[in-house]
Amino acid sequence: MTNIVSGIRIVGDRTLKIVERIGAIASFLFSILIHSAASFKRFSLTIREVYFAGVQSLIIILVSGLFVGMVLGLQGHETLQRYGSEDSVGVLVALSLVRELGPVVSALLFASRAGSAITAEIGLMKATEQLSAMEMMAVNPISRVVAPRFWGGVISLPLLALLFSAMGIIGGYLIAVVLIGVDSGSFWSQMQSAVDFEHDIVNGIIKSLVFGVAISAIATFEGYEAPPTAEGVSGATTRTVVSSSLAVLALDLVLTAFMLKGWN
Amino acid sequence: MTNLVEIANLNFGYNSRLVLKGINLTVPKGSLVAIMGLSGCGKTTLLRLMGGQLRASEGTVTVAGEKLNDLSQAELYRFRRKLGMLFQFGALFTDLSVFDNVAFQMREHTDLSETFIQDLTLLKLNAVGLRGMHHMMPSELSGGMARRVALARAIALDPQLMLYDEPFTGLDPISLGVIGQLIRKLNDTLGTTSVLVTHDVQESLKIVDYIYFVSDGVIVAQGTPDEIRGSDLPFVHQFIWGEMDGPMPFHYPAQSLKHDLELMGG
Repeated sequence: MTNIVSGIRIVGDRTLKIVERIGAIASFLFSILIHSAASFKRFSLTIREVYFAGVQSLIIILVSGLFVGMVLGLQGHETLQRYGSEDSVGVLVALSLVRELGPVVSALLFASRAGSAITAEIGLMKATEQLSAMEMMAVNPISRVVAPRFWGGVISLPLLALLFSAMGIIGGYLIAVVLIGVDSGSFWSQMQSAVDFEHDIVNGIIKSLVFGVAISAIATFEGYEAPPTAEGVSGATTRTVVSSSLAVLALDLVLTAFMLKGWN
Repeated sequence: MTNLVEIANLNFGYNSRLVLKGINLTVPKGSLVAIMGLSGCGKTTLLRLMGGQLRASEGTVTVAGEKLNDLSQAELYRFRRKLGMLFQFGALFTDLSVFDNVAFQMREHTDLSETFIQDLTLLKLNAVGLRGMHHMMPSELSGGMARRVALARAIALDPQLMLYDEPFTGLDPISLGVIGQLIRKLNDTLGTTSVLVTHDVQESLKIVDYIYFVSDGVIVAQGTPDEIRGSDLPFVHQFIWGEMDGPMPFHYPAQSLKHDLELMGG
């Protein structure tokens, strides 16, 4: 009996901590939003972060997109030929990428590559008193350091997801058309008629925007709240990757459910 | 002489643990005052209270006519434009060059043209002898140079009050002397008032006007450098001359050696 009670107590305690943390992240996000004016008035600050978070993630996103598209081409062709519809491989590759794999895989890669870097950078700025120095110079670190990084992430991720999908389609084309010999005209024309701009592409962009907000909020929060020690920063970086990945997968489920039902 | 900083009946604690108890302290305008004490005695906390980074639990902290206890967050940011602070290890922005570090506050808080900012920044760097290094990044600087750049950044907007948090830590003797002389020179030429938190006795006694000794959260002694040097208070004597034993015992309190050795099976 005592074990059951203590077990319930532990579960309750952990649940409360998780809810508390989600609340703290939401409150931090609100604080970022009300201190975002400088990020847009001095847009160069945000552009700089788009470069660090977005442009520097290009290689991993493009290469991963290409490979994922190639694998989709191979698997899709293998499955579809059983039903004699291997010409539809272009549709399968495009819809898989634009609706799901593009936003989700690029978000997971972005969380590992850019999210962890944002957390480590802000955490180290805190540990080396750079954020305190900024406060003492009457400059709000949320406005000057956190908000531009947040918006840099939010702007970068949808663009990266689009590029991921584009590279994936090229990968699928290379495998299905160039290597296996599926008709090029069928590949593109079936894709063109099956992929709907609003339902597929716009919904994919909405997903990656939401993922961008979640990852950037988690990454900046973890960095800003990291204990100012080497151990603290390393723990915060790990938490960013784990929490962001879980948040992306959970949000994807919710968004997909709404999108398939047409938001009604 | 009027006071720029006035602290009255100050109590401050983290949670229930009191770190500062009944502190009364004044810093006259134009003077250079040191707060000394052992590590962990509460002197950096006192400095952070003067900068508004912490708020007093009881008592008042008045700086440049502003009672910091009552200020809102926005008012606190406005108040801090009157301050400059040199952090223990400089706290330079590692993603900005030396020039951009010094120009940072000018760009954030003024509408000065970039040409004017350039001239002012070079003059500030010239004051600390590092004009020739304006293009370098903080990672390329030695500890002493980083501290000098941080000093140039702290005085960028000619603050009324300069706060120095352990400015001598980890410096070689030459850099230490240079920083000490710069602190005194800048205080006098800019007409600033300065508060220096340190446990470097010999360097501080050369440059400061007045000293407060803090021990265990209480001011235990105060006076001019000559008065402090001649003090016969046991704590001050031990601190100034670096004696191994005294009011601050060499051994951390423990059971008797015999008891511990027996416990270990010896």
